[in-house]
Amino acid sequence: MNWQAVRAIYVYEMTRFFRTLLQSLISPVISTSLYFVVFGAAIGSRIDQVEGVAYGAFIVPGLIMLTVVTQSISNASFGIYFPKFIGTIYELLSAPVNFLEIVAGYVGAAATKSLVIGLIILGTAFFFVELRILHPVWMLSFLVLTCVSFALLGFIIGIWARNFEQLQLVPLLVVTPLVFLGGSFYSISMLPPAWQTVTLFNPVVYLISGFRWAFFEQADVPVALSLLAILGFMTLCLAAIWWIFRTGWRIRN
Amino acid sequence: MPDIVSVRDLDKTYAGGFRALKSVSLGIRQGEILALLGPNGAGKTTLISTICGITTPTSGSVEVAGHDVVRDYRAARQLIGLVPQEINLEPFEKVINTVRFSRGLFGRRRDDAHVESVLRQLSLWDKRDSKTVELSGGMKRRVLIAKALAHEPRVLFLDEPTAGVDVDFRRDMWETVRRLQADGVTIILTTHYIEEAEAIADRIGVIARGEILLVEEKDSLMRRLGRKEMRLDLHEPIAAVPDSLSGYKLQRSDEGGALIYTYDTSAERTGIARLFSDLTAAGLRLRDVQTSQSSLEEIFVDLVRDGQ
Ligand SMILES: Nc1ncnc2c1ncn2[C@@H]1O[C@H](COP(=O)(O)OP(=O)(O)OP(=O)(O)O)[C@@H](O)[C@H]1O
Ligand SMILES: [Mg+2]
Repeated sequence: MNWQAVRAIYVYEMTRFFRTLLQSLISPVISTSLYFVVFGAAIGSRIDQVEGVAYGAFIVPGLIMLTVVTQSISNASFGIYFPKFIGTIYELLSAPVNFLEIVAGYVGAAATKSLVIGLIILGTAFFFVELRILHPVWMLSFLVLTCVSFALLGFIIGIWARNFEQLQLVPLLVVTPLVFLGGSFYSISMLPPAWQTVTLFNPVVYLISGFRWAFFEQADVPVALSLLAILGFMTLCLAAIWWIFRTGWRIRN
Repeated sequence: MPDIVSVRDLDKTYAGGFRALKSVSLGIRQGEILALLGPNGAGKTTLISTICGITTPTSGSVEVAGHDVVRDYRAARQLIGLVPQEINLEPFEKVINTVRFSRGLFGRRRDDAHVESVLRQLSLWDKRDSKTVELSGGMKRRVLIAKALAHEPRVLFLDEPTAGVDVDFRRDMWETVRRLQADGVTIILTTHYIEEAEAIADRIGVIARGEILLVEEKDSLMRRLGRKEMRLDLHEPIAAVPDSLSGYKLQRSDEGGALIYTYDTSAERTGIARLFSDLTAAGLRLRDVQTSQSSLEEIFVDLVRDGQ
């Protein structure tokens, strides 16, 4: 392993993050706060409890997931798309690094950023609602796993994208709907039975369910299944990236 | 000198089906400055990119210090520095950070002293905290060189380092290249300019349409270049060159109607004045005199055209 290279990429990417720290943090914090106000305070006052949890608190895990998933994807996809776009990727391609090292650097940095943002939102949530975390270690594990696996997906999107429109396309068209319909704001059990079955094909359901379980011990699907789903997703992304670097797809002539 | 880079039967066909390299073989000697001369689209960048790992070869092989660039890419690439033709730099990054990044990327431990010395060598130390977007074109190119030198490579590829720069910068660049050579770095540079190849290269390679047409010591090329031919048309054809003129190695031409004298323009004496008086002494009368020169330019143009 060329650890120097991993470190170099990681530090370089994090420098960019810190350079734009305020922008990076302000927009997710503001939008999440808005969600709290709209869903938690306005609508939540009409909904009493979901499965024994106050609605305002119930949506916290989903909101964090929503932000963390979008942030991971956009950070990682931009991180690798940008060098491709401005041409500095030549250096990466001519360096003595393998795909794992490149991925560790870029995805590591992207995941760190979204993890930081996720934790800040969690901190913000304490201002709005009364919150308890029954399994903090599991909560953190799910959060980290989500950050990493969606950063991996973002990395793939960044390599696939040929222009900025494509870069936005997948997050907008696929990911955001899946997260919204993944039980961020409701419990699956609140849906009609037919829709409950359909929902089980949405991978994000497993993610949010597991994450929410770590907070309230309340889950739509068994926790083990959540863990399995997220690990499977991660493996899939890694395999795809390994293939990309082996074939040079969209990066090497 | 042993070859530090050996390219064997290298072929590159791009995805669109264009064959940019046609079975190229080339040995680059340790410590030399090799200039690759060729017109636009000759395949210079493709050759360099394939050696450096940016494009994958279709067939053939490249070894750097005995390491195959595909199978043993880590060892091979650690030895190589690349300065690309296009100026590609992250605009908002500080000069010093981007140079440090390059060093780390190539697996070297952080070494601020080395980074400082590279930046000083390239007169960039004062600009170390500037964003690259704030630099002039020539400075940006120097940043690219600094990045390529950050990991102390043994072989440096410079893809058109002096394209679109002023005379001063070009001289600076040549000096930098010579200093690197003195430090033992092998240098390969591409150029469109014959004078540039003349000015700094030890050997010159000519490439066109994906083929290496010639690789030769610059001095022997220059000798070919420096030779001039003088054609002396005589009033009366002669059957043999008189003995008194044997020292001039004259050749008979046109069945004795003309004599050809070859001389070196770079020599101290061309011997022309003495030849004329000796010709008169031998009783030969001249009708006409013509001189012609084969320049590197001509050699180059001929080579490139002949291949067509
Ligand atoms: N990515 C690519 N896909 C398809 N064809 C390419 C690609 N890159 C280069 N070529 C073609 O390969 C040929 C050689 O290009 P190359 O860039 O190696 O030339 P060059 O000698 O560096 O030219 P120049 O002096 O203009 O830089 C050209 O005909 C070019 O159009
Ligand atoms: Mg070129």
